[in-house]
Amino acid sequence: MKKIQILGTGCAKCQKLAAVADEAAKALGTPYELQKVTDLKQIMSFNVMSTPALVVDGVVKLSGRVPTVDEAKQLMG
Amino acid sequence: MKSSTASSPSIRFCAVVFCLAVWWLLYRHLSEVAVWLTYSAFGLERGSHLGASVEFFVFEVPKVLLLLVLVVFGVGVVRTFFTPERTRRLLAGRRESVGNVLAALLGTVTPFCSCSAVPLFIGFVTAGVPLGVTFSFLISAPMVNEVALVLLFGMFGWKVAGLYLGMGLIIAITAGWTLGRLRLEKHVESWVYENGTNTDAAEGPEIPVLCWSDRLQAGATAVREIVGRVWVYVLLGIAVGAGIHGFVPENFMASIMGRDAWWSVPVAVLLGVPMYANAASIIPVVQALLGKGAALGTVLAFMMAVIGLSLPEAIILRQVLKPRLIATFFGVVAGGILIVGYLFNLVL
Repeated sequence: MKKIQILGTGCAKCQKLAAVADEAAKALGTPYELQKVTDLKQIMSFNVMSTPALVVDGVVKLSGRVPTVDEAKQLMG
Repeated sequence: MKSSTASSPSIRFCAVVFCLAVWWLLYRHLSEVAVWLTYSAFGLERGSHLGASVEFFVFEVPKVLLLLVLVVFGVGVVRTFFTPERTRRLLAGRRESVGNVLAALLGTVTPFCSCSAVPLFIGFVTAGVPLGVTFSFLISAPMVNEVALVLLFGMFGWKVAGLYLGMGLIIAITAGWTLGRLRLEKHVESWVYENGTNTDAAEGPEIPVLCWSDRLQAGATAVREIVGRVWVYVLLGIAVGAGIHGFVPENFMASIMGRDAWWSVPVAVLLGVPMYANAASIIPVVQALLGKGAALGTVLAFMMAVIGLSLPEAIILRQVLKPRLIATFFGVVAGGILIVGYLFNLVL
C-alpha cells in the first residue's frame, strides 16, 4: 500500500496536484491511500518551503509546482 | 525530474533557436504589419481618429505579448537555478544590511507564490535567516516581478520600468532593514521557534539535478501558465490606452491625482493596500490613470501598494505573526511606498 500525501494549505494548485496524483496512482494500478495535509505544523515537519508538495511513503518527491500525470507516475513508481 | 517526452535535448535546443529567430522577425516587422492591417486590410482612413486608435492597438498588443513571452520564458529558465532551498542557504546566518540587499535581489528571481508565503517564512527564520532579511525577501518577491516590468516597459518605456524596479528593490531593502532594527522577534508566534533554530532545516528536501532540456521545459511551462493567464489584461490595458482618447477629457484625473494634489499619494496608498490584484490586472487601471493626467508617482505608489500588500496576505501571515508585527510590517512598507510616491512626483 502506497501512501501518497499532498501538502498544501488549500490553494488552487494544491487541488490540482491532488487530482494529478490521484490520476497517476490509478494509472499505475498499485493500491494506494491519498491524504491531504493542510495543517501548517504538519507541513513544516516535512521541511517543505513551497507548496503544493507531493510526498510518497514519507519522502518529499516534488514541491512548489504541479507535475504532469506522466511525471507524477514516474515519481510514484 | 527527467523529462519523459520523446524529443531529445538537441531537438529542443534547435526549437528554441528557431523560436527566437521567428520572434525577432515578428518583432522587427510589427509596425509595418500594423500599418498594412489598419489602412489596407481594414481600409481605415489615414489620419482619422479611429485609424490611429486601431493602428495603436494592432501594434501594441503583439508587441507587448511578444515581450512578455520572451521575458517570461527567460525568467522561467533562470528560476530553475534558484529554488527556495538554495536561496535560504545563501541567506542563512547572513549579516543584516548585506543580507537585506541579497534577499531583495533573490526575491526577484526565486520562484514564489503568495500561497506559500507562510511555509517559506517559517523555513527561513528557523534556518537562521534574520527576521528583517526574511521580510526583505517577502516584500520584493511579489512586488518586483517580471510581468509588471515587461508591461511597464512595453506600455510606458524603460524609464518607468526602471524606476519601478529600482524603487521596489529600495523599499524591500530599507523596509526589511528597518523591521530588523525594531527587534520584533517576540511578535512571531511562539510555535514557529518551538523546534529551536534548526540548522538541519537548511538541508531541506533533496534538490533535483536538472539538465538544460528540463530548464527549457520549465521556461515553456512558465509561458503557458503566466501568459495564458495575463493576456486578457494586456489586451484590456492597451484597449484602454487606445480607446479612451477623446472620450474622457485629457486632464480629467489631473485635479484629483495630479502632482499638485498633495493628498493624492496617501489616498492612493490607502486605497491600494487592502486591494489584492496581480501585476497584470492592475495595468489597465494604470494606463487609464496615466493617460488622463494622473501623476506618475501617485500611480506607481498605487500599483506598488496593490501588488505588494493586501488584506488576504495579512490574513495568511496572521498564522505566524502576531497582529502587532503584521501592523508594523504593513505600516513600514506603506510608509516606504508613500515616500517613493512623493519622491517621484517631486523629481519627475
